This record gives sequence, C-alpha cells and structure tokens, in this order.
Amino acid sequence: MPATLFIFLAVVSIITSLGVVVQRNPIHCLLALILTLIAIGALFLALDAVVVGFLQIIVYVGAIMVLFLFVIWLLNLQVEAVPTGSLAVKFFATIAAAGVAAELFVFFSKTTGALGGVTVAAGYGSIDSLAQTLFGQYLMAFETTSILLLVAVIGAVAIARRTIPERERDAPTRGTPT
Amino acid sequence: MMTVSYSWVMALSAAIFAIGVAGVLLRRNILIMFMSIELMLNAVNLAFVAMARRMGSMDGQVIVFFVMTVAAAEAAVGLAIIISIFRNRETVNADELNLMRW
Repeated sequence: MPATLFIFLAVVSIITSLGVVVQRNPIHCLLALILTLIAIGALFLALDAVVVGFLQIIVYVGAIMVLFLFVIWLLNLQVEAVPTGSLAVKFFATIAAAGVAAELFVFFSKTTGALGGVTVAAGYGSIDSLAQTLFGQYLMAFETTSILLLVAVIGAVAIARRTIPERERDAPTRGTPT
Repeated sequence: MMTVSYSWVMALSAAIFAIGVAGVLLRRNILIMFMSIELMLNAVNLAFVAMARRMGSMDGQVIVFFVMTVAAAEAAVGLAIIISIFRNRETVNADELNLMRW
C-alpha cells in the first residue's frame, strides 16, 4: 500500500469518526459513520482482505447503516438544541478516552514489520481461501452464527412489536387498530 | 519513499477505537452511542485484518466475518430496543432513562 493512500484513508477515517461524535444532527452522524466505514473498507482492500472489504461495504454500509437510517426516520429525531450531559461527566469521559488511546498506542507501538516487507501467499484473502478456512476450521462457529442471527431476528421482532392490550385483541374489530 | 508499517495501521485502529469510546461516554443520545459502538467494532476489525496479513493467516479475516455477523445481530436487537423505548418514553436521551437506576 503506498504511504499516500494510507495517509489519505487514515485522515478521512479519523475526521469522519470524529464527525460521528461531534455532530448534533443524527443524520449527519450517520453519514459520517458511513464514510468511516467506507474508508475502513478501502483499507481492508489495501490490506489484501478483498472479500472482507467488499463484505464491509455491502453488509455494513448497505444493510446495517440503512437499518440505522430507517430508525432515525422512524423516530423523527430532532437536532439537539443544546449539548446534553453534565460537564464533570464530559471531563472524566475525555480523560478515560484519552487513557484508552494512550494505553492502546503504547501496546501497539511494539508492532513490527513494514507492510511491503511481509509477503503473503498467492490467493491470500481471496474468496477461495476465506471459504476454505470458514467452512473447514470454523464450520461449527459458522453454523452457530446462523442460530445467533435467527435468535436476533426473533428477538428484534418480539421487542419492537407493539403489544396490544388483552381486551382490545379479543374484542371484535372496531375500526383499524392504531 | 515512505513505507507503511503495521504499527501505523494499529495506531489508526487505536485512534478510531478511542474516538468510539469517547462517543459512548460523551454523547447522551442512545442512537449515537450505538453508532459509536459500531465505530469501535470497526476499529477492532481493522486491527484483525492488519494482524492477519502480518501473520499471513486467514484466521483474522474469518474473525472479522464473525464480528460483522454479531454486529448485524446487535444492530437489529439494539435498534428494536431503541424503538421500543422511544414508543414508551418519547425520548432517546440516556439520562432520562433512569427506571432501573439504583
């Protein structure tokens, strides 16, 4: 990966992820998050993770973010007029976040190797090699995720559906239920 | 010619993760706290992909695949909870949701 490409993607992802945190309007936060995810997806592609990079664009940006968008529309959220939360909480939250960042930086600074210095086997990151690993070594985990998704769908429907009171449900239809 | 080293990618991942932590702690809108969680998950995914390439193994990319699946499930259930809360309380401010606060 050329250094200029990495720096460009890094700057874009940092700025847009800051945008998620500082924007007042939830739609603007979501658009910033989508840009972050696209920049990270491009980094995946540059790191020879072709399938995962495209899955990032398709699944994250295409499906999960649209779900967020629908919820923002559904709730009809307004722009926050004033910043909420107490100042003391914000102060300690900033210190905590900076502490996490410092800890991770110290930990990750020990990482060695240049991107160009490490060569990978031909076909690394291709859909073939991903499938060989996914459906070989991780087959049970893959099957478990299908159960997880099924449970999540059932749970989401059960949580989000409107519970109609008992008497209204049993009574004959009196117009359209609201 | 500068060459990108793995520590740069890990530093980027750490920075995005810390921004996500700050978002969860600073914002009171539960929807935006949720977006910050997605940000943290993606920072971790980036670290996984970088280290998978460093090790020359596909395991890290498979883990990213699983993280995406879990994120999808989490988004579905979490957004359902947010809709349910908004229907009952007409708010998405985490400070006003103090029913279970001791």
